[in-house]
Amino acid sequence: MRITCTVNGRPQVADSVWAGESLLYVLRERLGLPGSKNACEQGECGSCSVYLDGTLVCACLVLGGQADGREIVTVEGLSNGDSLHPVQQAFVEAGAVQCGFCTPGLVVATHDLLRRVPRPSDAQIREALAGNICRCTGYAKIIDAVHLAAGRMGAA
Amino acid sequence: MEFLQPTSWPEALTMKAAHPEAMPIAGGTDVMVEVNLDRHRPAAIIDLTRVAELTEWGGEGDLLRIGSGVTYARIIDELGDRLPGLAMASRTVGSPQIRNRGTVGGNLGSASPAGDAHPPLLAMDALVELASVHGSRRLPVSEFFIGPKRNAARPEELIAAFLIHPASGPQQFSKVGTRNAMVIAVCSFALALDPKRRRIGTGIGSAAPTPVTAADAERFMAGVLEEAGLWERPSEVDASAIARFGELVAAAARPIDDVRGTAAYRRHALSVLARRSFTWAWLEYQRSA
Amino acid sequence: MTAGAVLPTRQPQAAAASVTGRVGESVRRPDGVLKVRGDFPYSSDLWVEGMLWGATSRSPHPYARIVSIDTSEALASPGVRAVLTHEDVPGRKLYGLEIPDQPVLAFDVVRYWGEAVALVAADHPEQARRAARKVRVEYEVRKPLTDPEEALTPEATRLHPGGNVTRHVTIRHGDQDARADVVVRGEYEIGMQDQAPLGPESGLAIPDGEGGVDLYVATQWLHVDQDQLAGCLGLAPDQVRLTLAGVGGAFGSREDLSMQAHACMLALRTGRPVKIVYSRPESFVGHVHRHPGRLRYEHGATRDGKLVYVKARILLDGGAYASSSTAVIANASCFAVGPYQCPNATIDGWVVYTNNPPCGAMRGFGSVQNCYAHEAQMDKLAAALGMDPVAIRMRNAMDGSSRLITGQAMEGPIPVAELLRRVQEMPLPPVAGADHLDLTALPGGVSNTTHGESVRRGVGYAVGFKNVGYSEGFDDYSTARVTLAAAGGRPRAEVHTAGAEVGQGLVTVQAQIAGTELGVRDVTVLNADTRVGSAGSSSASRQTYITGGAVKAACEAVRERIFALAQSELGSRSGAGWRLEREAIVSADGEVIVTLATLLGEEVIEETREFRPRRTNRLDPKTGQADAHMQYAFAAHRAVVDVDTELGLVKVVELATAQDVGKAINPLAVEGQLEGGAAQGLGLAVMEEVQVKDGVIRNPSFTDYLLPTILDMPPVRMDVLELGDPRSPYGVKGVGEPPTISSGPAIVAAIRAATGRPLARVPVRPHDIVT
Repeated sequence: MRITCTVNGRPQVADSVWAGESLLYVLRERLGLPGSKNACEQGECGSCSVYLDGTLVCACLVLGGQADGREIVTVEGLSNGDSLHPVQQAFVEAGAVQCGFCTPGLVVATHDLLRRVPRPSDAQIREALAGNICRCTGYAKIIDAVHLAAGRMGAA
Repeated sequence: MEFLQPTSWPEALTMKAAHPEAMPIAGGTDVMVEVNLDRHRPAAIIDLTRVAELTEWGGEGDLLRIGSGVTYARIIDELGDRLPGLAMASRTVGSPQIRNRGTVGGNLGSASPAGDAHPPLLAMDALVELASVHGSRRLPVSEFFIGPKRNAARPEELIAAFLIHPASGPQQFSKVGTRNAMVIAVCSFALALDPKRRRIGTGIGSAAPTPVTAADAERFMAGVLEEAGLWERPSEVDASAIARFGELVAAAARPIDDVRGTAAYRRHALSVLARRSFTWAWLEYQRSA
Repeated sequence: MTAGAVLPTRQPQAAAASVTGRVGESVRRPDGVLKVRGDFPYSSDLWVEGMLWGATSRSPHPYARIVSIDTSEALASPGVRAVLTHEDVPGRKLYGLEIPDQPVLAFDVVRYWGEAVALVAADHPEQARRAARKVRVEYEVRKPLTDPEEALTPEATRLHPGGNVTRHVTIRHGDQDARADVVVRGEYEIGMQDQAPLGPESGLAIPDGEGGVDLYVATQWLHVDQDQLAGCLGLAPDQVRLTLAGVGGAFGSREDLSMQAHACMLALRTGRPVKIVYSRPESFVGHVHRHPGRLRYEHGATRDGKLVYVKARILLDGGAYASSSTAVIANASCFAVGPYQCPNATIDGWVVYTNNPPCGAMRGFGSVQNCYAHEAQMDKLAAALGMDPVAIRMRNAMDGSSRLITGQAMEGPIPVAELLRRVQEMPLPPVAGADHLDLTALPGGVSNTTHGESVRRGVGYAVGFKNVGYSEGFDDYSTARVTLAAAGGRPRAEVHTAGAEVGQGLVTVQAQIAGTELGVRDVTVLNADTRVGSAGSSSASRQTYITGGAVKAACEAVRERIFALAQSELGSRSGAGWRLEREAIVSADGEVIVTLATLLGEEVIEETREFRPRRTNRLDPKTGQADAHMQYAFAAHRAVVDVDTELGLVKVVELATAQDVGKAINPLAVEGQLEGGAAQGLGLAVMEEVQVKDGVIRNPSFTDYLLPTILDMPPVRMDVLELGDPRSPYGVKGVGEPPTISSGPAIVAAIRAATGRPLARVPVRPHDIVT
């Protein structure tokens, strides 16, 4: 089947899609956007977090056909050309990135959190990011990064 | 694998009648795991996310009628004050990503004994509305679960909605898991105090082949409250009665040993959850009275 | 890479240039920007036009004889390009890190659940998966040997020609008949932990059209993969070229081959590029795990708390194949007593074959299992003597005059007592106020299981250590090529090693060292591949030391050449006291003699060096005595937990740690290692276990194999010591593993303190606490 959707503001078409393909597979293997990651493909790790019509979801749990006609924003769509989004910048600076496989999902989830709660407490950060597993950092520097980004975005 | 995508409720029912084997999908939080991990290949999938009717909720007499496609996130945001128990359970479902996408209708469809929405629906005596091209029917949620991951819907039926009384008193939901978030229930317990109907409602998750109620515990505690006139004059409930309530809840479970926990632990934990839930709910009732 | 070869459209790339930090400064990762943008090419992201997808057909039985394999139906399936079995393995049919005992594809028998039996390549991954299910294998099912104790008995089925004992380490130190005033005994059981790196096993193999293959893969050691692959594929090593693709974490799971040989076989057979990506359930059978262990200990001490002897019998279940079991059991045995002075020791370490999932390397490598046991024993001893748990540890702490139970003298700063003192003196976290209910701070979290009822606080301590680098005579070395040239009026250094960046920050460390040694700001670290000599593995906490040492050595060689060039260009100046700084040669008093850009002109200076630490020796087979290790790393942890004693649920409130890192090359990265390593320790302590029943993994998914979330991992209070090892470059010590060794034992000690339960098994499950 054919899927037509808008990804990061651009119209996209994927052809010959097998009906069982997830949005994650379509993004990664058909549209050339591998930023959303394939760590568990069961909604347990959050590494494939994207926006679907403005809502934070796990791309692995969206059937490709369900995304037809929808608007998707992935991690690749958050930066503005060469300049990083403040959330991305904060992750780099705070040392919140090690192997980085969880990072795209965490960046998108943090982006969503700060949209809703501009100055989150530690407890709010922890509850909001509980679905994003990081195996490397122990999360401390991720919390630092969220605060750093929140401070800068609030000041802007 | 065929992909069906109705855009209206009548169309959905027609498609389901033509493809009774089709697996309905909404948030995909259960179905896609099966597909991605190659556990199941349904012959057809019917996507219900474009059926606007399913995402609506509103009043119907004394009841709330909530479309099966309303997500957990919306239950929390839009219905948290009217359905606090279900909202508490929804808060424990997966992560924000899952709550944004997963639906109570999907939870019912999967009919997992561990489904987080089930205990509060049981505690609230909710009704499940099933529909097909031949019409619709409503049945108590306690009759909806017929076995592990099996429900009473007929092949040509889809879950349209659930109907539930808004809370008339305090409600609680507790879930035991071995980490502090993102966990499938080792066991769970929902409690609803219903001062209007002079009723105690319970629901037990992950501790029997299906979600179940603890009818003896409900009757026992309703009797205790009635006898001492505590609904009208809410003084403290005797600790021994609360302990007995816990024992009766545990006795209603039929747990097994599995990867998440042992049967003995589940029974024990249910008695603790029941005691604590009742204590919290009663304290809230006392304060509000 | 041969001329005109196909390259993946998304291919690994050099880490971005301009890493400007010097050694000792907190430096941002050069790959960080790519990673936050989603542009970093991980092994599962690689893609090339016309590539096929590989899938693996696996055994549904833990132990069975293969009667026959019929691939005809699979081969006739839509989109299928090849189906391969053991008969198609071109070279050696067996591989292995220490012992070549593992089939590339099973033949005659399968020895564990999920063992690879056949391969499929197809146009679409679903076609490959469907076809893999259609490979018909007739099995004669046998009763699996799943109890490691039973594996030791003479009646047990012999799973390999040499029997079931993969290695028995014997350590006999001091007086074997020593007697003590106070004796405590204990038996401990450690569950099987999974490394669970988020990036799945994956890679892309591209045939070169001349019989060779290029493999882009996430691994911990390119050259050991290359050696094994060349053997299995029947090719010369230079026909199997490896390039490191982005690695989504490793932690030991990528030391053994997984899909490497399979992708290469399919690519060579089809003449097409082949990509294989494991699903998460497949990943659980596609890599080795941390050995589960049963440990029996007896400690004897004097009345004033001095250790007299330790006797231990350690049994690790190695599962179906050897992997690195022989080295893991050596560690478990050598460090069985913990970082304590102990004049007499009797240690028997066994690792055996069973039909359970194969076990091998994981962060901590043998020192994690024994730390649970020796630390529980120290607490028991403290209780028996009425001593404070920290005091008894400090009384017995190793120092620079101690000997290990292998007889080896402990050299250099051995700050065991200092680390304990520091964690003990850190302030304790406050008890949560009852005024406002924050479920996220309570055991059970947002699942609303307690509002403070039955919550008790506990504090526990643990200290641990292990070796850094390879031991027992294994040739530990790394190779670095460093190039210095001028471009656009500025000097630029390029560093090329085969050291695998797996997330730990090796790429940053290499750039910092080159920048510091050569006095340049612009350093590019080339992507790791096999075009340069081996760097050894990214494991054993060794890369900063060994590959860092190689980069330093190569830079020193480049510097010599620069100075020689300057002396010949500038006449007969002596060169005494010259340094490279600020992109120039400067004199002893800081005056610029000549800028590097001017001096270099068109010249390119390149030097390649190997770096080796001091040699080590095999353990004596009878006594276990030898100078077997070259460096040790130590850490201490204090854990504070709140336990719901009625439900058995645990909230770790805080971890505090002190660790000697020798010298922090990149302090930010060091902190990240201490925090992340502690999280993995926490996981094993309270939730992570691969549950195996009758040889079958019951929870091969992230739904039921639980990893700590951000709500489970508490803040880590840290004290990083830089005491400096006089023998290592910059004084560095290995950093990565100690955080994973003592964090978990400290947590379990804290749970014991809160509950009064003995808790001899990890992970501690709720029902262990309440029943």
